[in-house]
Amino acid sequence: MAEEFDESVEIELTADEAALLENLPELSELGEARRKFLGQAATLGLGAFALNLLAQEQAFAALETSSEAVFAPVQIENSVTVAMKINGAEKSLTVDSRMTLLDGLREKLELTGSKKGCDHGQCGACTVIIDGRRVLSCLTLAATCEGKSVTTIEGLANGDALHPMQAAFIKNDGFQCGYCTPGQICSAVALMNEAKNGEISYVTANVRTSAKNVKLSDDEIRERMSGNICRCGAYPNIVAAIQEVHSGKEAAQTWNFYTPNETLAENKEDEKNATV
Amino acid sequence: MRPFKFSSANDARNAVQTVSANQTAKFLAGGTNILDLMKEDVERPTALVDVSRLNLTQIKSANGGLSLGALAKNTDTANHPLVRQNYPLLSQAILAGASQQIRNMATNGGNLLQRTRCSYFYDVAMPCNKREPGTGCGALEGINRMHAIFGWSEKCVAVYPSDMSVALVALDAVVKVQGANGQERSIPFADFHRLPGDNPEKDTNLNHGELITAIELPKNNFAGKSYYLKVRDRASYAFALISVAAALEMDGNKIKQARIAMGGVAHKPWRAMEAEKMLVGKEATEANFKQAAEAEMKGAKPLEHNKFKVELGNRGIVRALQMAMNGGAA
Repeated sequence: MAEEFDESVEIELTADEAALLENLPELSELGEARRKFLGQAATLGLGAFALNLLAQEQAFAALETSSEAVFAPVQIENSVTVAMKINGAEKSLTVDSRMTLLDGLREKLELTGSKKGCDHGQCGACTVIIDGRRVLSCLTLAATCEGKSVTTIEGLANGDALHPMQAAFIKNDGFQCGYCTPGQICSAVALMNEAKNGEISYVTANVRTSAKNVKLSDDEIRERMSGNICRCGAYPNIVAAIQEVHSGKEAAQTWNFYTPNETLAENKEDEKNATV
Repeated sequence: MRPFKFSSANDARNAVQTVSANQTAKFLAGGTNILDLMKEDVERPTALVDVSRLNLTQIKSANGGLSLGALAKNTDTANHPLVRQNYPLLSQAILAGASQQIRNMATNGGNLLQRTRCSYFYDVAMPCNKREPGTGCGALEGINRMHAIFGWSEKCVAVYPSDMSVALVALDAVVKVQGANGQERSIPFADFHRLPGDNPEKDTNLNHGELITAIELPKNNFAGKSYYLKVRDRASYAFALISVAAALEMDGNKIKQARIAMGGVAHKPWRAMEAEKMLVGKEATEANFKQAAEAEMKGAKPLEHNKFKVELGNRGIVRALQMAMNGGAA
């Protein structure tokens, strides 16, 4: 596209556009080339789009020079200071009253395991465990978390030893892209306790008789996990992973990593096919 | 989201006074609906008063029935032994709604105050008399598959989304509220939510600043024969196309009392009085169930895209009554 740029075309920049191009900070070499392209794009009438990209680039360049910038917002409106326990550690945060727990975890505490999927309580990717209960961190204001104990996906493993639910998700291939997985696993971990406590669901046949240690059928697991959406459609494997942890019955692993020899053989095969 | 002042209340009286004194202040409990609406710029409070720490979480026997604290979580209510044993219809209805994560956050009082999920209400670029009175109704001549078949007006055809409330209206619940001067009042559940009429912006008959403190359930004999049926586009985690709460009390082989309410059909949980009247004194047969369903559904006025709800309602009432008769949730 840059090659097709006709330099004889003259398009006037507005005062704002010219000022923004003038005032760009020093960028890396890569940024320089990109800036040149974007400058050309701006003169070609893609002005608003290109200038928006330039402004973003400026903002990111500023972040690179000072990592502190991430943690020091210019101004917090209606600030609220809350102390809570995150994965066992006491944390104190000063947040804009609008900040959700999800944004607080990701942007303030660098705990980016909890994912922002829909940000509207429809997908479950942001699921965390607060005081033993799974909840949606995207619909929880950080300001409401004073004194609470929050467990995220980062808090499940014990050092290098994976939580059994994490290990089961890997063994049962319970994901493809992995974006929903932290939420799925937090949800599944809390579900194990709900079953132990004898909690019921919409598909429970008899809600009047109570019993601890409810044995969950696959249908029960599906109903109780319905708040976690997986767009890759790994549902059968997610149910299998949860059922393995829940039932304690070890399932056979149906896949293995390639051994080095298998990898070599596969590469040779590919080369052969490529020359045909 | 627009900026707002946040405060946490430790006393119901103070919370009510704070919100009463500011027309643009709101209570915050579970937050599952209001935060979503604030992100969409539908709700624009200038102040939120967090009431979730108030001591209104008890579920206890009261006056022969049960009192549900307004701030008890939906999960705790659905799983409470007294609710499961004496009001299994309510347990089922709560568990038919939302997801476990949301039920863990949502409170009983907040569940009642959910706003419609009408897509024209959510889209601030669209006209909506509920969101912005006087702008018109996008759904009346628009995409109205999910909308009302009973009690709608030219101003609004939205439906009320709560499952819990459908069971509560069937169970003759009473809502206890506290007002600005500390005075309390009781609102029968059937009078709590409103039909849209000329003022669809008003979902309920609560005054600004009034706080729900409890929901009371009278004693009844429906526990052995009740069922909450929910029909939706996917198996779980979706709002109802239609839902039916059904409860029966038998006297020998005759129906002594019947309670039927529907969700997903009107601007409020719809008590099916015509169907109930038809059943009293009759035997619990499929023919009688069908007659009762038809008595109710003949009053339906479907829109362009939701005519299917009339037949679905007919069959749903019959199925829910059959399930209730067979022990349903019990």
